[in-house]
Amino acid sequence: MDEVFKALADASRRELLDRLRAENGQTLGELCVRLAMTRQAVSKHLAILEAANLVATVWRGREKLHYLNPVPIHEIAERWIGKFERSRLEALSDLKKALEARDD
Amino acid sequence: MTEKPKFVYVTYIRTTTQKLWEALTRPEFTRQFWYGAVPECEWKAGSPWRLMTPDGRVADAGEVLEADPPRRLVLSWRHEIMPEMKAEGFSRMTWLLEAQGDMVKLTVTHEIDRPGSKFIEAVSGGWPIILASLKSLLETGEALEATRKWPEGL
Repeated sequence: MDEVFKALADASRRELLDRLRAENGQTLGELCVRLAMTRQAVSKHLAILEAANLVATVWRGREKLHYLNPVPIHEIAERWIGKFERSRLEALSDLKKALEARDD
Repeated sequence: MTEKPKFVYVTYIRTTTQKLWEALTRPEFTRQFWYGAVPECEWKAGSPWRLMTPDGRVADAGEVLEADPPRRLVLSWRHEIMPEMKAEGFSRMTWLLEAQGDMVKLTVTHEIDRPGSKFIEAVSGGWPIILASLKSLLETGEALEATRKWPEGL
């Protein structure tokens, strides 16, 4: 979670996320267009975003495509919003039974 | 992969690929993190696949295109409830499970050969909360409150 906050605490990296939000699946080259940053700087910022799992990548042939990954942000929301709802003992006990019965 | 995926979601879950595969494919798990929905499928290439709502309607359906448990599953996927989304036809969904130390990296991609797809817009909103809830379920034993019931009116 530290990595997510550190990655978000930088205006250039937030701008990269905004650009992916506008158009998902861009290459490094596409992301560099009209940015006041060197290719090396963009590449470094993307690596930090990827390490924080805010950007997911897939290869298509030789192209590495970058995608905004909102899953860690939901995990953060759960930490401070969902935590106040912890009374589902039935679900917990069902899961415990299912996992323990099948644990190898 | 020929088309460009419409979205790629990744979550890292402290579990094993086997447990994660079971969580994604077995009703006793899916009903906790997937809005109460349960899949019906044999999880073999060529098998039909359906996602059933808690009241027994078919929400989504398709066919297993590739199955390599517990590593990779590719489904053809069409929404069945909302007519405008059903009319868009079949999309292609991939789950990739990769062990990394004591974690599993789960990658979900969804592709459709249609610009401006309403279906993709809908699932791209749904997956992050489902995945966050799946992570919570496997790591803490409890799914997120928001994903335990089917959305009202759908």
